[in-house]
Amino acid sequence: MDEYLKNILYIDLSRKRFWVEDRGSLFEEYLGGVGVASKILLEECPKNADPLGPENVIVFAVGPLNGLFPLASKTVACFKSPLTKSYGESHAGGRSAIAIRQAGYGAIVIKGASETPVYVAVHGKNIIFRNASALWGLRNSITVGRVLREIEGGAGVRTIMRIGVAGENLVSYASVNTETYRHFGRLGLGAVFGSKKLKAVIVSGKTMISVSNVKRYRELYDKIYTTSIKSSVMKKYHDLGTASNIIPLNTIHALPTKNLRESSFEYAENISGERLAEKYLGRRVACAHCPIACIHLAALREPYVTEPYFYKTTMISYDHELLYALGSMIGVKDTEGVLKLIDEVEKWGVDAMMTGTVLAWMTEAYERGIVGENEILGLKLEWGSVESYTKAIEYIVKGVNEFYKTASKGLDALTSRYGGEEFSLSYGGNGMPGYHTGPGAHLTYLTGARHSHLDSAGYSLDQETLKGKQLSEKEIAEKLYHEESWRQILSSLVVCFFSRGIYTPETVCETLDILGYSFNEVELKRLGEKILSNKNDFKEREGFNMLNQRFPKRIFETPTPFGLLEEKTLYESVKEFYKILKERARNS
Amino acid sequence: MVKRLSVLDANRCTGCQSCMFACSRRFGVGGLAYSAIHVRSVGGIEHGFVVIVCRACPDPPCAKVCPVDALKVRVGGGVILDAAKCIGCGFCAKSCPYGAIFWNERENKPNICVYCGYCAGYCPHEVIALEELG
Repeated sequence: MDEYLKNILYIDLSRKRFWVEDRGSLFEEYLGGVGVASKILLEECPKNADPLGPENVIVFAVGPLNGLFPLASKTVACFKSPLTKSYGESHAGGRSAIAIRQAGYGAIVIKGASETPVYVAVHGKNIIFRNASALWGLRNSITVGRVLREIEGGAGVRTIMRIGVAGENLVSYASVNTETYRHFGRLGLGAVFGSKKLKAVIVSGKTMISVSNVKRYRELYDKIYTTSIKSSVMKKYHDLGTASNIIPLNTIHALPTKNLRESSFEYAENISGERLAEKYLGRRVACAHCPIACIHLAALREPYVTEPYFYKTTMISYDHELLYALGSMIGVKDTEGVLKLIDEVEKWGVDAMMTGTVLAWMTEAYERGIVGENEILGLKLEWGSVESYTKAIEYIVKGVNEFYKTASKGLDALTSRYGGEEFSLSYGGNGMPGYHTGPGAHLTYLTGARHSHLDSAGYSLDQETLKGKQLSEKEIAEKLYHEESWRQILSSLVVCFFSRGIYTPETVCETLDILGYSFNEVELKRLGEKILSNKNDFKEREGFNMLNQRFPKRIFETPTPFGLLEEKTLYESVKEFYKILKERARNS
Repeated sequence: MVKRLSVLDANRCTGCQSCMFACSRRFGVGGLAYSAIHVRSVGGIEHGFVVIVCRACPDPPCAKVCPVDALKVRVGGGVILDAAKCIGCGFCAKSCPYGAIFWNERENKPNICVYCGYCAGYCPHEVIALEELG
């Protein structure tokens, strides 16, 4: 291991103190990233901690491959989630991973809470607590970045992780924005920042990472680099980005539409990657140290109605998940409408997927008369009503009445107050991602440690299964378990999941070998299982029981590409998954 | 013919910084401490990127301000660093109007481009290339 990775920077916001600890053995055992961060969370966050209390901690961790190999561009954040009141984990790219690694740390742990707004600047060894009261309440989170960019150094080698008003107002699904277009989006890290009166964290640095066998390092680097720029999968991410999923999902009836009352959307073309690339794509950008550049920015040109020939052009980052959540899920049928809503969630700093599922629930609840004019304050909440949705997002962020305040706490808060659970697309409290591909997708949402489609990628398994033979309940559970445990390794290194086809177990072993670690494939897989088990330990400690989790009723009413899902078989697979998880945990 | 690195089209740059990592890797290390090329946004990623490289000036100000003659003017343009002579005063970095001299905190010396073009081999979008000066 190099001289920097083992360093953990601890920041105590209550006392405005910081210190560095050498945690070499922790990084040797768990590599870095999620392996280390989840372990620190278990150490530092007391049982039953209030997610919005000073006792909650935020852990940012990177791994041995960051700063050394291409596509190792991600940071993992662990915290207790204010949305699910359980395990919180969120990943982001941008420049965050390179900046943390280059500042000379393997992880940054933020504890306590400040009494007044602060931001923390970490420029290598210089750590500075700065007053942020003038930034608190700034309406647009993009402006926060703009201001900090001017007053802090490190242009090009820094990350500016900040929250918007949603985080300040403790919206349970507030996000943390980094480099304007990337996010620690899910599970409410933004609210945890807000509860600590932490407006932003800036990290920069330029260190040297030594490598013992330079020749082998360069050779392996070249192999990975060349494979990645020649790979057809990576080309897909570069050309159209994840937005290329909209049309194929729609064609097979797997695109959640209008709160999943339907699984295909009449206007899918309008929100497709193809349409966006042809008419709006303004720029493609990359995370630091990733040659692929999958981030797509649309240039939205809008006229001012008050004056002729007067326009504003906004650059808006789009991805499949946002186009689903703020497009098909709420029936928005025009490209510009979706882009405007994406820009709104960006400004306020909320998770797009959660916002979309909340708006979808609200629309259906209003339609059914579960909530009335008094609750929604006269907004015309109808499918596709961009202006009303824009206003609704603002009302949620500001918590203008009891209804919107409840909506700011998520789907489960809404249903326990107003009912309508049968059409609430909540998994452990987290809003459903944009795939209704079949049993695999929904099993991932339920069994995945963070209730994310990326936990075990059931949506991908479904699409493979569609072409081949049907899997039994047990086979699906096994495949999802193995995928999720392997992904713990990828997110401990920390490489982007998009490069999972390149970072095969064999290649990962090679990279680690060059860096002086001795892992064979079997040991690596076992480590992945152990990390997954640690995450599950945290969840169970906080009262989570996988077997008590319920699938939303709605998912059984709307056909998937496999037809209607059967409740019984899905619950059977959950039991199988749980059984494997427990068995493997005992072995590891 | 002497060569220099040239920015062909900064609009094609996606900010992946593969070139910056390549430059340090050329010295056999990871990270960015030894990089003599820099990519940063034009004041916000939405506006694109600036790629900062040594232009290999025929009459380089950096060489003029070096108090110990550690920077020699290369025939045809650009400079060559004699690291043994360098006292780390940093005047060279301040004198470059492009900001193309980067500071190596570890060595307390400037990172000076050696016009090798190794970085260009890792640009996936043909933003930079080695070209002949003439």
